[in-house]
Amino acid sequence: MSKIQTPRLAMGPVLFNWKPEFWRDFYFRIADEAPVDTVYVGEVVCSKRSPFYEPYIADVVERLLAADKKVILSTLALIMNKREMDSVREIAGADDLMVEANDVSAVALLKGKPHAVGPFVNVYNEGTLAYLARNGATRVCLPVELSAESIAALSQNSDVELEVQVFGRLPLAVSARCYHARTHNLAKDNCQFVCDKDPDGLDLDTLDGEPFLAVNGIQTMSYTYCNMIGDLDLLKSSGVKHFRLSPHTGDMVKVAQAFQETLAGKISVEEADDIIAGEIDDMPVSNGYLHGKEGVRLEGTLAE
Amino acid sequence: MTDKLELVCPAGTPASLKAAVDSGADVVYLGFRDETNARNFPGLNFSRDELREGLAYAHQRNAHVYVAINTFPEAGNPDPWRKAVDDAATIGVDAVILADIGLADYAAQTHPDLRRHLSVQASASNPEAIKFYTEAFGVKRVVLPRVLTLPEIAALNKEIDVETEVFVFGGLCVMAEGRCALSSYATGESPNMSGVCSPASHVRYEDEGDRMVSRLGEFTINAFEPDEKAGYPTLCKGRFVTEDQAKYLFEEPTSLNAADMLPELMEAGVTALKIEGRQRGRAYIGQVVAAFRKAVDAAAEGQKVKVDLTAVTEGQQKTSGAYEKTWR
Repeated sequence: MSKIQTPRLAMGPVLFNWKPEFWRDFYFRIADEAPVDTVYVGEVVCSKRSPFYEPYIADVVERLLAADKKVILSTLALIMNKREMDSVREIAGADDLMVEANDVSAVALLKGKPHAVGPFVNVYNEGTLAYLARNGATRVCLPVELSAESIAALSQNSDVELEVQVFGRLPLAVSARCYHARTHNLAKDNCQFVCDKDPDGLDLDTLDGEPFLAVNGIQTMSYTYCNMIGDLDLLKSSGVKHFRLSPHTGDMVKVAQAFQETLAGKISVEEADDIIAGEIDDMPVSNGYLHGKEGVRLEGTLAE
Repeated sequence: MTDKLELVCPAGTPASLKAAVDSGADVVYLGFRDETNARNFPGLNFSRDELREGLAYAHQRNAHVYVAINTFPEAGNPDPWRKAVDDAATIGVDAVILADIGLADYAAQTHPDLRRHLSVQASASNPEAIKFYTEAFGVKRVVLPRVLTLPEIAALNKEIDVETEVFVFGGLCVMAEGRCALSSYATGESPNMSGVCSPASHVRYEDEGDRMVSRLGEFTINAFEPDEKAGYPTLCKGRFVTEDQAKYLFEEPTSLNAADMLPELMEAGVTALKIEGRQRGRAYIGQVVAAFRKAVDAAAEGQKVKVDLTAVTEGQQKTSGAYEKTWR
């Protein structure tokens, strides 16, 4: 297995319900301009969304491959019926592209061939990581809850390349219920795809008006944007090989460049943080989990 | 089609275990007094000696005991979880209930004769995921996540060759179990890592004169009128604001009661019914178990029994949860 010397950037799958053309153009621009090594493509959150952009997937993959990006096909996190199971079976059957398992069912379907495991599969310890490696996993994006200490313990005795989300709202939970539909007093089966009104998620406040979480269909996310631009050395020393940027509507090329140039020592953390803040309208950021604290907290360099 | 459902009942203390057994539980499930189980609350759960005594009490009365070791072992610290599996095997429990892949692998390798069940915390909601656990680790029973409808459970049982157990009464997770980091986002402690959700140590009630506010960590989870009873601020049962509307967005402060669905669950091929509530007192356990004992026996005879639990659920809303599609 090849050992990567410097960490690489990865563009995670789009978690929101973007208009199909917007979705396509986003990936085209990532292919043409973003300094990322790997790009994830495919529906993770809601199986009802994918038919809309499916006609563009082949074009997107082709463009990314032509730009020398490694393309990984992502799969659904919560699979509850035959239609969803069949769609994951079909993707897992792809033999030209690597596939990311986001449910144990996909882990089973990908047995024996090199694959990725996403943050929706519970990889909390060495025993699980070792088992998944024997099953064929070569790269694992860890659950958002893990601390740097845990990540270091995981990387110590494993050849699996570890990935951590370093930017974007954190995926915190999935449910059989759709909270976008509930917000709009609609049934899930007749949701009218209202989640497309909120391309970065729907803000959820406490009764006191304090921003707390964000709703994205059946998924619940953090209100804060995860931002580990001040933690790159800590991540590197913990053995993380791939840094995942989770797509938002801000300019992800600029966000990727900010991370890349900080890694290369061309700009300071403060300069990069200013660029990132500009792309997320100065939204509050967090990195608490990495520091073993509440996920909502901001710790380390950026907190000073 | 199931002839008679097995009744699996919770116990957080030796007194509750006895109450459950005396009231007709087929099985009592419980956890060790540490972070290896998903109800790691102060003053709850069993020492090794208490388990030995409880197991003897249950076995003398033809009841079984399952031990839940259903959190995810911490990286770099596998020993508490492995020791829990080792001790459960040595003490001779009837099954362990596991969620973590690595720990299931350890149990299968080290104690092949120890019966293994898959915890609801593993969130195995489809045939391929369930087959993975049965083929890889010889899991004999799967506790189904509380996300599936009755028709989905029936369809699933046709595709798998393993027993299924479903929740029928008590607390209700609205998120897919084992895949929820809401509590740790607000408090740093999660069901997966610490065995607690919305832990009491991070809860505050503040009397603001015109209202009583309940907080979890720094966040307001709910607010009550002075004459209202202030409920416990479990994160997903709070009131929040989206699109300028305040409501119980995730779930009402309600709990599950599927007592009316026993015939349908038998028809769907479910093997066992699970009652939630290891944190409950023995009086509650005794009443709930006795009521379900009657209902399960009646259902096996093709008769209907009205399960009357108003005494223990007074003032509480009830739902049949995900079993009915309208819940979604």
